[in-house]
Amino acid sequence: MIPAHFDYLAPTSVEEALAALGEHGDDAKIIAGGQSLLPVLRMRLNAPEVVIDLGGISSLRGIRDDGDAIVIGAMTTHHAVRDHDLVTEHALLLSKAAAEVADAQIRHRGTFGGALAHADPAGDLGAPALALDAQFVIAGPGGTRTVEAADFFVDLFETAIGDDEILTEVRVPKHTGWGAHYEKFVRVAHQWPIVAVAATVRGSIDEAKVGLTNMGSTPLRASATEQALAGASATEEGVRAAADLAAEGTNPPSDLNGASDYRQHLARVLTGRAVLKAAGS
Amino acid sequence: MTATQDRPAAEIGKDRRRKEDQRLITGRTRWTDNMTLPGMLHLAMVRSPFAHASITSIDVDAAKASANVVAVLTGKDFGDELGVCINAWPITPDQKTPAHSPMPADRVAFAGEVVAVVVARSAAAARDAAELVDVEYDELPAVVGIKKALEDSVLAHPDLGTNKSALWIFDSSEAGTGGDVEGAIEEARANGIVIEREYRQQRLIPAFMEPRSVVVDPTGEQITMWSATQIPHILRFALAATTGVPESKIRVIAPDVGGGFGGKLQTTPEEWIAWAVARRLSKPVKYTETRSESLMAAHHGRDQVQTLTLAADKDGKVTGFKVHLDADLGAYIAIVGGGVPVLGAFMFNAIYKFPSYRFECQTVLTNTTFTDAYRGAGRPEATYAIERMMDELAAEVGVDPLEIRERNWITHEEFPFTTVAGLEYDTGNYEAATAKAKESFGYDELRREQAERRQRGDRVQLGIGVSTFTEMCGLAPSRVLGSLDYGAGGWEHASVRMTPLGKVEVVTGASAHGQGHETAFSQIVADRLGVPFEDVEVLHGDTQVAPKGLDTYGSRSLVVGGEALVRAVDKVIDKAKVLAAHLLEASEDDLEYTAGRFSVRGTDQGTTIQELATATFAGHDYPEGMELNLDADATYDPVNFNYPHGTHLCAMEVDTETGAVKMRKYTCCDDIGTIINPLIVAGQVHGGLVQGIAQALWEEAVYDESGTLVSGSFVDYLLPTSADTISFDVVHTDDPSICTTNTLGTKGVGEAGTIASTPAVVNAVVDAVRHLGVSDIQMPCTPERVWRAIHAGDGDAPTPGAAMPHFQEDSLNQDEGAGQ
Repeated sequence: MIPAHFDYLAPTSVEEALAALGEHGDDAKIIAGGQSLLPVLRMRLNAPEVVIDLGGISSLRGIRDDGDAIVIGAMTTHHAVRDHDLVTEHALLLSKAAAEVADAQIRHRGTFGGALAHADPAGDLGAPALALDAQFVIAGPGGTRTVEAADFFVDLFETAIGDDEILTEVRVPKHTGWGAHYEKFVRVAHQWPIVAVAATVRGSIDEAKVGLTNMGSTPLRASATEQALAGASATEEGVRAAADLAAEGTNPPSDLNGASDYRQHLARVLTGRAVLKAAGS
Repeated sequence: MTATQDRPAAEIGKDRRRKEDQRLITGRTRWTDNMTLPGMLHLAMVRSPFAHASITSIDVDAAKASANVVAVLTGKDFGDELGVCINAWPITPDQKTPAHSPMPADRVAFAGEVVAVVVARSAAAARDAAELVDVEYDELPAVVGIKKALEDSVLAHPDLGTNKSALWIFDSSEAGTGGDVEGAIEEARANGIVIEREYRQQRLIPAFMEPRSVVVDPTGEQITMWSATQIPHILRFALAATTGVPESKIRVIAPDVGGGFGGKLQTTPEEWIAWAVARRLSKPVKYTETRSESLMAAHHGRDQVQTLTLAADKDGKVTGFKVHLDADLGAYIAIVGGGVPVLGAFMFNAIYKFPSYRFECQTVLTNTTFTDAYRGAGRPEATYAIERMMDELAAEVGVDPLEIRERNWITHEEFPFTTVAGLEYDTGNYEAATAKAKESFGYDELRREQAERRQRGDRVQLGIGVSTFTEMCGLAPSRVLGSLDYGAGGWEHASVRMTPLGKVEVVTGASAHGQGHETAFSQIVADRLGVPFEDVEVLHGDTQVAPKGLDTYGSRSLVVGGEALVRAVDKVIDKAKVLAAHLLEASEDDLEYTAGRFSVRGTDQGTTIQELATATFAGHDYPEGMELNLDADATYDPVNFNYPHGTHLCAMEVDTETGAVKMRKYTCCDDIGTIINPLIVAGQVHGGLVQGIAQALWEEAVYDESGTLVSGSFVDYLLPTSADTISFDVVHTDDPSICTTNTLGTKGVGEAGTIASTPAVVNAVVDAVRHLGVSDIQMPCTPERVWRAIHAGDGDAPTPGAAMPHFQEDSLNQDEGAGQ
């Protein structure tokens, strides 16, 4: 498994990285933790001329408190996200989802921002980011801009990040005291989810936010379910009708792990379970 | 004071940690890919993306011009010089066998077949240039799938005129080993029970840890090939037989080899190409496959459709079993490809006293990767079929699955027992293994819980699966193999060499690839010869060091190779006795040999084997007529297979809402005779179980209609890790039935776990939901298949491709574009 030849750049600042990106344009590819890009390069499914490594930019790493939000640097590893006190206190859903990403080795190399920018609809972080109404801070030649989660995921492996831009950090509005659960359905532990449901709830149940993984070409929000859950009781009977709405409007893929209709069925069942676990019952 | 007096009493039965593990686990060892030779060149293969196509042209100019490329060669450049890939087991005289060139010049028959090879000064340069080779293909219709192949409407090899390769039949009434199965079925239709099922053994990929690698050095007097192979001796034989180079000019080395599971029981196109390139260029070359290449082009395993008819009386006593297999060989008949399903022929009757039996095996050719041995080879398929059928019979009669087995099995008083398939089982005790397994498993308690969950209508149902298996292992008596038209014997060879200072070098022809031979064989020699474990060195895997042998597969190393070793050690002691008598000035009759020391009875006089080794080296004083060495060789050809058996019990939880399955408990009680090293046995059993469980639940090689391997990476070909398994309850019978056909009383254990576990798991999954109207779920039992089986016909969910019948055009996991 030998990748095609590429030049390797290791900028130490975002400005430097942007300049490199500007210079090489389409011929360049950004590497963060490399957990998705390296297999692609090694299997020669892609052969960029230049690989720009963000690993040397220390400002992209770390998690900080910013008033009504926490801010997660794009190069923070899944492992760091999972264990950080700010995350467990104010965005528990992200901690739960980060704990479920692939396996321990990958969680120590793979990054939060890299995974979101890769925008694999089967990735574990898109649905919780969407459910938590995260904001994506994107740096480009003209400065930075902020994109709402609802606008960030455009299509399969496609986001609002432009060719000359870099995702630098993700702002997650505080959901302090919200219960959370990430219900991931897999056949073997290290697999991408066949379907997963990210649920976070306030009270039991005053308000609920639900994101769906691998139920379409982007992470999805189960809006009908969320509306039906407001004021519902946190019992199997109480959430069933709301959970049954979870697959509305979805168009999940069919592959070796399950046909589309089976995934829709799973989404309904798993939504009920995720919401109940998030509500602590 | 001699070293032998400090020696611990018995090595056999001791939990020795494996002495080879440090180097194997750290990788600080000679894996083939670690080899670097002066001036060595690197190969990259250009492989066909099409399953079936004519090669119209190959333009190698751009690749040749690429940096550091030395040569680009195609099948046309070589011709006969390439040799051929052989099939060493034509199962019938009229078998249709397609010609198998390592690198065909005109037509490819599966996706992944090599059409050109790039030779460069680095592996990276070779890979880069391989992308530049421009091959033009004229695509031909491809045949994929057993049922399609049987139609003969699209041919894998048009020149053969059919996809049907061979039909092999065993019938107990013709063989004189039993009655007429058709009569039994007719009688059962009138007055008893007939169960008819079609089961599928999905295609599997051996997925050994170390990808295949080969290095060829043509620069010496002997051409040397290092290969990550299970079979260095057979490889040398095949190279000589097909390339015209005398055997004496060939040295094959299997250095440390990182697993095989049958997947390296092969002589491969890549080895032949590397051989031809090295000879053509007179330079050492290396080829190491990528994981993608390994999944696509290293041989696959299993892949059968089993059509089964079981006849029984109303009490569930089986009166006849009829088996028809259709087995997919892939595009070519690999070294023992056709023979693998035939190895199952003798095992479908398992531990039971069936009065009549018929077995037919139709092999077919398709435009897919060729298939061959995979852990268990023929016996897992047989065990699956009969153990699933016995559960179905139990359900039909309405008794516990263990009860139905007891009504049919050979009781321990009845051994030795000649089966309806003509084998003589020497020993066994199915009652004892079952009793112990039941107790350790908590069978009755789990059955109670199952009943409670059913009654409560729990979302999570519990199922209990049974598999009471036996297998024939220890390949094998050479005469028996000869009667099956197998291309080799089944003997094994060992040498024991006493070094001047009294250490012991043991040479075995059974070349390990991870099994722990060095440790287990050292334990045997330590006990038998009475020397410290640490003083024994086990050498293997190099035809210069171990010139004779038939290698490692079929759970044969200990039971065949170990016995050869015992016999060689005994010869050493006999030779040493002559010298001891001379030096002690005593009669041989007055000598006794214990703990490595000859002593004169009734005196304190004696001499150790180490002292005798030194005396032999010196040669200063020895009797007339004695040849001046203590070394000995032995070749052992077993008189029978051996028959390990066991009772495996599995409890599975099934989430009826999602179809997810979860293992709750797994107990196996294996009777494998004498155990040399319990730790190694536990490792073999645990690993074997996981591989068998993986067939039941996870693994499946899937092709699309055009012959592209959809499960071409570990993203789609699901291998379990430790996170997916539970801690197994591994026990053995207290009083094992000792194998009577070898000195140590051992039976094979390398494949037992894999053979037994698959039906135990599927039986458990089916048992969990049988009350919901389910009687079968196709392997692997994915959550989707389980869910659809549960909800088939209840109106809750759509039911396309529900568990039965298999092989519909639109059946599950065969969707066009699946897994893309």
